[in-house]
Amino acid sequence: MSRPYFTETWRRRMVLALPWLWAALFFLLPLAFVVKISLAEARMSVPPYTDLLARVDGAVVGLNATLANYQLLFSDALYVKAYLSSLKIALVATAFTLLLGYPMAYAIARAPAARRTLLLVLVMLPFWTSFLVRIYAWMGLLRPTGIINTALQTLGLIDEPLAMLNTPGAVYLGIVYAYLPFMVLPLYARLEKLDPALLEAAADLGARPWRAFREVTLPLSLPGVLAGCLLVFIPVTGEFVIPDLLGGPDTLMIGKVLWNEFFSNRDWPMSAAVTVVLLIVLVAPIMLFQALQSRTEIRS
Amino acid sequence: MSSVIRIDAVTKRFGSVAAVDGVSLDIFENEFIALLGASGCGKTTLLRIVAGLEHPDTGRIFIDGKDMTGEAPYARPVNMMFQSYALFPHMTVAGNVAFGLKQDGLSGAALEERVKDALVAVEMAGLGERKPHQLSGGQRQRVALARCLAKRPRVLLLDEPMAALDKHLRERTQLELMALRARLGITFVVVTHDQSEAMAMADRVAVMDGGRILQVDTPRNIYERPANARVAGFFGDINLWSAVVGDRPGTVRVPALGFEMPTRGLLPPSGTAVSVAVRPERIAMSRAPLSGAEHAVTGTVQETVYLGTASTCFVKTQAGGTVRVLAPHADGASAFNKGETVHLSWPSTAVTVLDA
Repeated sequence: MSRPYFTETWRRRMVLALPWLWAALFFLLPLAFVVKISLAEARMSVPPYTDLLARVDGAVVGLNATLANYQLLFSDALYVKAYLSSLKIALVATAFTLLLGYPMAYAIARAPAARRTLLLVLVMLPFWTSFLVRIYAWMGLLRPTGIINTALQTLGLIDEPLAMLNTPGAVYLGIVYAYLPFMVLPLYARLEKLDPALLEAAADLGARPWRAFREVTLPLSLPGVLAGCLLVFIPVTGEFVIPDLLGGPDTLMIGKVLWNEFFSNRDWPMSAAVTVVLLIVLVAPIMLFQALQSRTEIRS
Repeated sequence: MSSVIRIDAVTKRFGSVAAVDGVSLDIFENEFIALLGASGCGKTTLLRIVAGLEHPDTGRIFIDGKDMTGEAPYARPVNMMFQSYALFPHMTVAGNVAFGLKQDGLSGAALEERVKDALVAVEMAGLGERKPHQLSGGQRQRVALARCLAKRPRVLLLDEPMAALDKHLRERTQLELMALRARLGITFVVVTHDQSEAMAMADRVAVMDGGRILQVDTPRNIYERPANARVAGFFGDINLWSAVVGDRPGTVRVPALGFEMPTRGLLPPSGTAVSVAVRPERIAMSRAPLSGAEHAVTGTVQETVYLGTASTCFVKTQAGGTVRVLAPHADGASAFNKGETVHLSWPSTAVTVLDA
């Protein structure tokens, strides 16, 4: 019998090495750079921040790190308000997406098998068009001289154009529109797997449809609800295109603040600090999600 | 005797196929009835119609004399045990059993009492806090049963209750189901494709094929007096030969055996095509020619299948037909071997003449 070229343990390690390498190269390394920049000071130079290592004649003599950026972040009401406002917008938008997405996912999962593929393709169809173009399209619809206002005025339903663009409502509309598929797909995946016999058993045991939904379908679809909510909540918290294009001057979101710090103020260390704090704010719910998932322990 | 369930000329079509085709059946109080048939014969559809999970295209379902044809499943005093058991995976064993009772508005101590009683009845009392995925197949079946029993239904519907169990567990569960039914006095309707299961458990068996009921009777009557060749073929092992009613009174001519066979009972006029059935265990087989037998066939053993208590031998007759014989090992005689010449005989009472 010939010995295997590599032992089982080594083969397993090599397989695992690939995702680790990927994470190290494309996540941990860039993150380390961002953290490093966030501890530096802004400077008019290339690159536009101070060196973290204090050098005298090329020799390293000490560390030049400062927490000033973080101190400013927490003392300046603008940043705190931007974070809170982002979280609020993300939370409300996620709730709307869930309310709209759940019935959609449920309907698709209950549709005849032949029709499901078509419905799923329709849900994903907007992805074929650029995200930016779709948001511009909403601007075209919502602006005072846009299609909706023109149509309503022509019909004589309104005298003055409705202020729809650059309002909080437009921001929510844009977010719900853009992120709906991310809610529908994980929910559908979960609901489609649900054994129809469970609902039949519930009915047979005396449960009316609404109670069967509440006590069987809903609890069993919770992992899908959680996955969908995170897939929407996390990117929406950092969203800056939609609030920038559809929101008004009073729509405050941390993504917009970040954009301004980086491109308008060229303050790399400050924007790096904003990023690091945003990351922490977003990682917290993921940790919560994993803790919840290991607790629910729904395995079939 | 009053019928608990009356199935009245029920038809259910899926597309152009009639899964249940004009079935009428009365199920009586305290009875254990089996719907027996191969897969696709409509037995499960019929059970689901009784449960209210399917609605018939035509015909009516009466439960306790009340027309329940249009009623939803949750309004019917029957409960069904699903083939997959359909336990709620996110609930504990006790939660599963309590589910149906909570729908009836039970709560508190009364609810706990009923859950406990149901779990005790299926010997699962200590496992109430387990989740279904922590149970073995047999335990899951018990939970599913307890979940139905807790509701104290008028009729318990069981869809292939033994299908997921191994043979050993199956026999034990059969006995337990029969004991449970004797103790609780609930009417049982069980769907099965296993004729030995139906024979062992049921008071009456309804043999189904192609969406119709072919025969409803006690297992013994169906076994000994099958209504037609299809029932005979489905219910236990049997020799079935096509034959013609002979010229001599009381005989049928079986070409496969090459002789005329005397029978008991009334026969159609001579020349009519019929089927002749003889159970393998009614046939005597010996190496020496049999003297005094009513009729005998000589043949060669082609194949033997050892079954422990007996062997099944397939004997080829000189006329070219094959006879299936069950040769018991009880007398200590040496088993028959392939290629041996043997003599077969059976009494005329063993012969059943059926429509062709």
